Amino acid sequence: MKIHIRGGRLIDPKNGIDRVQDVYIAAGKIAAIGEPPKGYTANRTIDATHLVVCPGLVDLAARLREPGFEYMATLESEMDAAIAGGVTSLACPPDTDPPLDEPGLVEMLKFRAKTLNRARVYPIGALTQGLQGARLTEMAELHDSGCVAFSQADAPLTDHQVLFLAMQYASTFGFSVWLRPQDPALARDGVAHDGQVATRLGLPPIPVCAETVALSIILLLARETGVRLHLCRISSAQGLDMIRRAKADGLPVTCDIAIHHAHLSEMDIGYFDPNCRVMPPFRSERDREALRRALADGTVDAVCSDHTPVDEDAKQLPFSEAEPGVTGLELLLPLSLKWASEEGVPLSTALSRITFDAARVLDIDAGHLSPGCAADVCIFDPAAYWKVTQAALKSQGKNTPYLGYEVPGRVTHTIIDGQIVYEASAQRSAIAAQRESC
Amino acid sequence: MWLDPSNPQLNRNGELHHLLSLEGLPASILWQILDTAKSFAGVTEREVKKVPLLRGKAVFNLFFEPSTRTRTTFEIAAKRLSADVINLAINISSQTKGETVLDTVANLAAMQADMFVVRHGASGAPYLIAKHVAPEIHVINAGDGRHAHPTQGLLDMFTIRHYKHDFSGLRVAIIGDILHSRVARSHINALTTLGCPEIRVIAPKTLLPSNAESLGVHVYHDMRQGLKDVDVVMALRLQNERMQGALLASAQEFFKYYGLTEEKLELAKPDAIVLHPGPMNRGVEIDSSVADGRQSVIMPQVTFGIAIRMAVMSILAGN
Repeated sequence: MKIHIRGGRLIDPKNGIDRVQDVYIAAGKIAAIGEPPKGYTANRTIDATHLVVCPGLVDLAARLREPGFEYMATLESEMDAAIAGGVTSLACPPDTDPPLDEPGLVEMLKFRAKTLNRARVYPIGALTQGLQGARLTEMAELHDSGCVAFSQADAPLTDHQVLFLAMQYASTFGFSVWLRPQDPALARDGVAHDGQVATRLGLPPIPVCAETVALSIILLLARETGVRLHLCRISSAQGLDMIRRAKADGLPVTCDIAIHHAHLSEMDIGYFDPNCRVMPPFRSERDREALRRALADGTVDAVCSDHTPVDEDAKQLPFSEAEPGVTGLELLLPLSLKWASEEGVPLSTALSRITFDAARVLDIDAGHLSPGCAADVCIFDPAAYWKVTQAALKSQGKNTPYLGYEVPGRVTHTIIDGQIVYEASAQRSAIAAQRESC
Repeated sequence: MWLDPSNPQLNRNGELHHLLSLEGLPASILWQILDTAKSFAGVTEREVKKVPLLRGKAVFNLFFEPSTRTRTTFEIAAKRLSADVINLAINISSQTKGETVLDTVANLAAMQADMFVVRHGASGAPYLIAKHVAPEIHVINAGDGRHAHPTQGLLDMFTIRHYKHDFSGLRVAIIGDILHSRVARSHINALTTLGCPEIRVIAPKTLLPSNAESLGVHVYHDMRQGLKDVDVVMALRLQNERMQGALLASAQEFFKYYGLTEEKLELAKPDAIVLHPGPMNRGVEIDSSVADGRQSVIMPQVTFGIAIRMAVMSILAGN
């Protein structure tokens, strides 16, 4: 299949390209940019006039809910959501049931994902067996079966010696360790930022020090062990300051935030909106502003969806009992565009945070459109607004505070390995056609 | 949508449809409830203590958390308004059977309920219920987690008004476990709305929310300073389970520094009144000599509670 993407605004942050230029795809790879290769005849031409052509999105955290939580979502539904959102590569955290702590589970997930022939799935292996925080997993084996990093997801790791040893062991092999800093004792029973809103509504609080205390321990141990460290879902201005200093000291550390944290604060909880029950909690306006700035200045390396589909039964509960998380794969691009336009950040910077910068954190060859690399492409209309409704979301999880809102950026085509896997304009995706033919 | 989206307690005409919290209610509605309660206070002293305002209506007392006093006063209030009252104590076991709050409520609504009186251990649960019931059903919050206990707040306002007549010159001190207290939050909301110029909270830092000042109160850690020249003293119940963890060292130490004794009460104005939402821990947050003393209005509070609940139910039924 040879695809000629014609007349689009090509934005490829890695290669410093932001201009109207054609893209030529052949044999699953980017064949050429600008001028067609010799003797090139396209099977398909996509008219991308007024559209943006960029690398397929790379999402650092998307819960696909398999295995174990199929009633919340299935691999199939969430992979549909991914490609509808322009996401071509995604990392999934190990907090499945059972957790991704055995090579067999990882291989099964990779295999299931591959047969669906949609987004590329990069599993993050469990750092400890069963995420119990006591015994290390077979990291080297897990790596061989496809894990790209190791994490505790949201499970607590209270034993500092285990954490220390896990970092040492991971660094032996050069693996990267991903941690979301939260001291479990300081966050005990908490459901909302320890601020004005929790005080008013009487919600059990999670203080900022739950993040910073954990951060200081993690950063000290990382310094000690020299492990490659990625810090997930930073929520506070103080946390960012600590990371900024660690980076200035030359520590091999990266970090991400979830895109909804760049937009929402504790105020959005309103009258106990369970869709605003997230982990870490939405913090103060001041924290939110700091996150937005840090995403622009690069202190925050990448932004992810932290996609967590939750079924309605688990959300329609009193705020503190509702399961945390928001659905996000289909909102990663729109909310990143919204952030960029509100902050006056160049489009190429915004796209970099969800493509090349994210790929760099994952240490995978993706998120750019250099000739010769796999043709993973996202084409979207930056001027088109669409309304977030339950019906519009392909994810099985409809849990987002953005229901009813209009957001910018409609994905028109998603291409993976040179195959069009999603096409909005044709009313039905190629996948749907493929499914019908089965 | 028949409710005001910016305040889910009010209908489009700005009238009370549910009573979920005292926060965000206009003073006019609070005065309406207090005035109506005053007219009912007479009823409770009559030979025939019934009025037919809620005849034919079904009031469901839906208690997800145990309560004796509040449930009983709601029941008496509903019966005096001639309503049919159904008491349901939903214990944890039926919840662990998998039925969610909303399932329970949907089932009961199907039994032709007109009003739900809800107590729940989680802050905000009555909002969830109010959001999902049919438009003709009213929800009254009878205490949700740490969030609000609006009828308790109102009956305490009624009590203060009864003895002090006016809020505009009052200095009020609330003592004890502010952090976990839904009663304190409702007090603060009501006092602020009714024009009380100075609200103080007195507690150790472990029993205060981190942003207490943002509620519009002055924070004191020392009883001797906090009680000085106040007109109204509101002691809060200290739950026994708070004594187990690291919030406090011991009940004895709490009593020594934050217990309301005659000696400390002398710092308040000579005509200061003492309130307590009950049930009291004598010798922990309040000394018996104060609880039973001349400045105590704790028993009248309970009586006024019936009138307040009658007022709330009749106003809701009328809107």
